[in-house]
Amino acid sequence: MRASGFPFLVPMLALSVAFFALPLALLFAYSFAGETGPSLENYARFLGDPFNFRVLLNTARLGFETVLSTTLLGIPIALLFWHSGQRTRQVIIFLTLIPMLTSNVVRTFAWIVILGRQGPISETLMALGLTGAPISLMFTEFGLILAMTQIDLPLIILPLVAILSRLPRNLTEAAEVSGAGPWRVMVTVLLPLMVPALLAGWILVYASTSASFVTQAVIGGARNVYVPQLIYREVGTLFDWPLASAIAVVLLFTTGILLLALSMLSRHRRLVGHG
Amino acid sequence: MARVSSNPLPALLYKLFVFGFGTLCLAFLVAPIALALATSFTGGQTLKFPPEGFSLRWYEALLDPVRSSTEHIAAFNSLKIAALAVLGALLFAVPAAIGASRVGRRTANSVEPLLLSPLVLPSLVYGLAALIVANLIGIRPSLWLTVAGHIVVFGPLMYRAVAVVAQGLDPSLEEASTLMGASWLTTLRRVTLPLLLPGILAGAFLVFIQSLDNVSISLFLADPSTTVLPLRMFALIEEGLDVRVAAMSGILIVVVLIGLLIGRRALGKSQTS
Repeated sequence: MRASGFPFLVPMLALSVAFFALPLALLFAYSFAGETGPSLENYARFLGDPFNFRVLLNTARLGFETVLSTTLLGIPIALLFWHSGQRTRQVIIFLTLIPMLTSNVVRTFAWIVILGRQGPISETLMALGLTGAPISLMFTEFGLILAMTQIDLPLIILPLVAILSRLPRNLTEAAEVSGAGPWRVMVTVLLPLMVPALLAGWILVYASTSASFVTQAVIGGARNVYVPQLIYREVGTLFDWPLASAIAVVLLFTTGILLLALSMLSRHRRLVGHG
Repeated sequence: MARVSSNPLPALLYKLFVFGFGTLCLAFLVAPIALALATSFTGGQTLKFPPEGFSLRWYEALLDPVRSSTEHIAAFNSLKIAALAVLGALLFAVPAAIGASRVGRRTANSVEPLLLSPLVLPSLVYGLAALIVANLIGIRPSLWLTVAGHIVVFGPLMYRAVAVVAQGLDPSLEEASTLMGASWLTTLRRVTLPLLLPGILAGAFLVFIQSLDNVSISLFLADPSTTVLPLRMFALIEEGLDVRVAAMSGILIVVVLIGLLIGRRALGKSQTS
């Protein structure tokens, strides 16, 4: 029985190697293509331009800020899940899946309505008298982070919920009986148990945010440019594929280092317990 | 449950934090979707919230074969690509998931990173890589190339959904079937596949939804005359916010809601584990 499974794996492994790993290797090779043989000129051209360098930093910052805000909103939802009964738990999962499975373009569209001049934010601020004229949060980094936070929030909630639903409900009883208040229980018992799920969520959120082409293009606008738009511009309008490849490799490399660090953390036994 | 402490304030604040702030965060997560749905019923000419009056005019405009022929073609292309992507995922990922459950944990763990890596790679980067290869071997961007890209990138979703179920399968069920004299094909058809069905359905739903939504692969791999739905919506949004986008969003939201309600059990399982 044990050996009989391998042939079943072969078609998909072949597909992954031929249509995934090989193209990526080729992209990597392409990024070194110069006028006269292999060179680093594409990288020099990309990183040498202060504008591009700022775009790279902006993309990383957008990723970090979204990771931070999804964490701040994800933990209260996870705690709400922990303290709820079975039915409410199902409702929370259901409400998390709706936005996650809804088209990215649709979610971005929803934020255009919300952030726009005639949207609820502007109208509320006007009604409160905080602003005289309608305001728009479109094409601002703040608006983009707001949208990215909502769009990526499920990616951090689902791992949290997965871990919490496996924990026994009387887990915190010992701490409570010995007199620990709810805040203390949260900090000393619940949060440490959430760490592996948080690490998994951070990886997903960062990877998703730094590559969310549509949302960045529409809500960030022309003033807030991120790496994916640079890649698209080089491919679609400037036809400079070697440069586009170099940018893609830089994006993968910067994201990869971060993800590697996070996944190494998640293997650290003392940090994540023995779960 | 908590013991009454001398100072009830921290406990009260905690309740407020979890049940008050937690609910607010949950509302923040869902409200934009509800709002997009509500906006699609506006009677007005602009995207305004709260919407002006209630009307189905934008849905009518969207369904009108004359006014929205481009959108219809885009939707048809997207449905075709998504259906073929699901078919491809079934052919490649389901056997792989069954195989992985039989080769032992160690072997499965060593091949899984390769099988699952398309899920973490930005699909824009993959689109570019695939475009470079296609160009080198002389294949022009086309609907079929897009389908191939979608199978590679979204097949892992099917793999993951089915592998979770296959992992928990009791091997003695298959052994019993074989001992009773059933051929391996009969066992596969009558025992293994029915047991895996929840995972397969969840996987198919995920692949379908993701394929329908993908912009970055189609951006590079579809030929310019083959419009797909999300790209058409993207174009409509960039050109100046046609309210028909709201109606399109409304339809897509309802499709997801129906899919979720039908497959609530199966999806809940594969997502949380």
